[in-house]
Amino acid sequence: MEPQILGVVVMFIATLLLAVPLGKYIAKVYAGQHIWTDRIFSPIEKLFFRISRIDPTKEMNWKQHLTVLLTINLIWFFWAMFCLLNQGWLPMNPDHNQNMTSDLAWNTAISFLVNCNLQDYSGETGVSYFTQIYGLMFLQFVSAGTGMAAAAVVFNALRDRTTEQLGNFYNYFLKSCTRILLPVCILVAAIHLFEGTPMTFKGMDTVTTMQGDTMHVSRGPVAAFVAIKHVGTNGGGFYGANSAHPLENPNYLSNIVQMVAQILIPFAMVFAFGFYTNKKRLAWVFWSVMTIGFLILVVPAIYTEVQGNPNIAHMGISQPGGNMEGKEVRFGATASAFWSIATTVISTGSVNGMHDSFMPVSGMNMLLGMMINSFYGGVGVGFLNFFIYVILAVFIGGLMVGRTPEFLGKKIEAKEMKIAMIIALFHPFLILVGTAVASYLTAHDTNMGWWFADAAGKHNASGWLNNPSYHGFSEMLYQYTSCSANNGSGFEGLADNNPFWNISAGIVLLFSRFLPIIGPVAIAGILAQKKFIPVSSGTLKTDTGTFGMLVFAVKVIIAALAFFPALALGPIAEWLKMH
Amino acid sequence: MKKEIIPSLLLTIVCILFFSGVYPALIWGIAQLAPNKGEGFVIKGDNGKYYYENIGQKFTDDKYFWSRPSAVNYNASGSGGSNKGPDNPDYLAQVQATIDTFMKHNPDINKADIPSDMVTASGSGLDPHISVQGAEVQVARIAKVRRIDKSVVEALVKKHIDGPMYGLGPERVNVLKLNIELDQTTRRQ
Repeated sequence: MEPQILGVVVMFIATLLLAVPLGKYIAKVYAGQHIWTDRIFSPIEKLFFRISRIDPTKEMNWKQHLTVLLTINLIWFFWAMFCLLNQGWLPMNPDHNQNMTSDLAWNTAISFLVNCNLQDYSGETGVSYFTQIYGLMFLQFVSAGTGMAAAAVVFNALRDRTTEQLGNFYNYFLKSCTRILLPVCILVAAIHLFEGTPMTFKGMDTVTTMQGDTMHVSRGPVAAFVAIKHVGTNGGGFYGANSAHPLENPNYLSNIVQMVAQILIPFAMVFAFGFYTNKKRLAWVFWSVMTIGFLILVVPAIYTEVQGNPNIAHMGISQPGGNMEGKEVRFGATASAFWSIATTVISTGSVNGMHDSFMPVSGMNMLLGMMINSFYGGVGVGFLNFFIYVILAVFIGGLMVGRTPEFLGKKIEAKEMKIAMIIALFHPFLILVGTAVASYLTAHDTNMGWWFADAAGKHNASGWLNNPSYHGFSEMLYQYTSCSANNGSGFEGLADNNPFWNISAGIVLLFSRFLPIIGPVAIAGILAQKKFIPVSSGTLKTDTGTFGMLVFAVKVIIAALAFFPALALGPIAEWLKMH
Repeated sequence: MKKEIIPSLLLTIVCILFFSGVYPALIWGIAQLAPNKGEGFVIKGDNGKYYYENIGQKFTDDKYFWSRPSAVNYNASGSGGSNKGPDNPDYLAQVQATIDTFMKHNPDINKADIPSDMVTASGSGLDPHISVQGAEVQVARIAKVRRIDKSVVEALVKKHIDGPMYGLGPERVNVLKLNIELDQTTRRQ
């Protein structure tokens, strides 16, 4: 097989092989069974709970879970704002980077709090090492832990029984961080150290190049950061260029490790669900639905990137490496195209090539990955999003064949359906309204005043686009899609570090994070209280290929109806113009 | 909510100390065993100079193999790509201009032999590599400017081709390493 194709096949298969045993391990962690990491982490966790005056065995109902989740997230928000607004005088700032402006701090704090990691700053100049490690990297751990803990609550609620008691949130949260995220991170970071990723607290270095130019090289504690950035599907880069940067992602091996690290837990959470609730077949159905969706998006993206840009072909040069604008030679077009789709379906949002310069088909598939947002999805929350679609599919399927809509022995009724519909439709609502407002301002070239100024100091709204025409529209659509999917990648040409984009994106981020956590946890909590109905001939079977197709169809129909017009104005129009 | 504030706050503090204190300290400790103690791989040059192996440098001199165009001009205090869309007329004009410049400095080649990586900006702006074809297409120029035999330069390029890593991924040439050895070879002759 061609070595570049073989490379991505290896990434995928390695992930799957690791994810099944990890899923089993995760299920044991949440079930509180004995595991080999007890010896190391049990004393630490006990100490943490004692200091924090928490009883980790106290069971909570779904409302108490959400109360704790929101309270602790609010505290983290204040901590992040403190770091960002005071980094100028705080320690560990060898490059003398300045405090953030308040609108940028608002955007950055929220963006890392909600596991999105949209970055309107560049790591080299925008933040100090203190902020990177104590502010942002801390949030990368705990925001991932939050999503996983919420998924654990849902797992617990879906077991065959009737209860209000769904475990302890603090316990799920802390164990997600210590037992699952931390060990994987240590391994990933250690590999990176030996491939060339720095881990130093020294500041910028100055070297003279062979040609005699003076050159500054940003360093920093990168290895620790890059590990949790992927293991927690956060995606925020240490450097501005994210994983395209040759220190953050030095070679093909580190690229494989980062790719496996970011898809690993999203895969494993599906299997963990199967092991935890003892519904392994259902887990494989879910995983297959996700994988089919992923493959439908990734194959065309790889194909078009390898083909190259027809406009450049007209200039008479060759494109042996495919479309290389915004890509790195050491990864090649195949691995970058694979990455671009993987990072968008699982809501990591890290990049190893600049998405703005990808071909229209790839751009559209990245957008679709984020619009559907549950082909795997981010750690924990991906499963929650998928769960919403399952509820919808059960209801529709039940009506179609004239059976009572039931899922895992619980009746799905009007209240759950209403919540599921609100969550499913809120995502397109946020994306389309945001894009519509921004497009309206751009089309009228509105004078934005305080809200926006381009590099030349002009306040015209069209100045925030880096590309004209359809591609410019895609830049704005991508930004809000990325926010609403809590993804964090961008068509980075968009001039987004200004009050208009910082503030509006921050608002979208908040809603799109917490509603899709509250909704599924509420549904699961309500279902858990209902009477358990044993399987009978009247039950709609969910662990079958037919049901898998139904879930897939529901996703496609919702996405197609909601997003086709917007995609037609952006990437589809661009493709038609180029061909 | 009120009674959860104190426990949440305390748990936050211990988590900050653990995940932002202990964890990075551990990784930093492991880094002390890694090459160059986790400060980035470096290569020694002449006169006590050193270079970062993974950070591309700006090579525009005719006597050196050129690196790829860069949106940040190979200044590694920042990083980033051009973010130009594939159908942007300004961008296409810029690529055309880069091709023209390349042809002017390499008059003996066929335009069809220029690979696209030599005229497009990388994602980081610091790409240390070019494609094998990108190196080969510059051989004639280098040989002429340095007045050395073409076969010598060709052999040098061949020596610096990094094959797929563990059989995976693309072939590539590290421009910095190639140019260091190019200088040494020229001096010897």
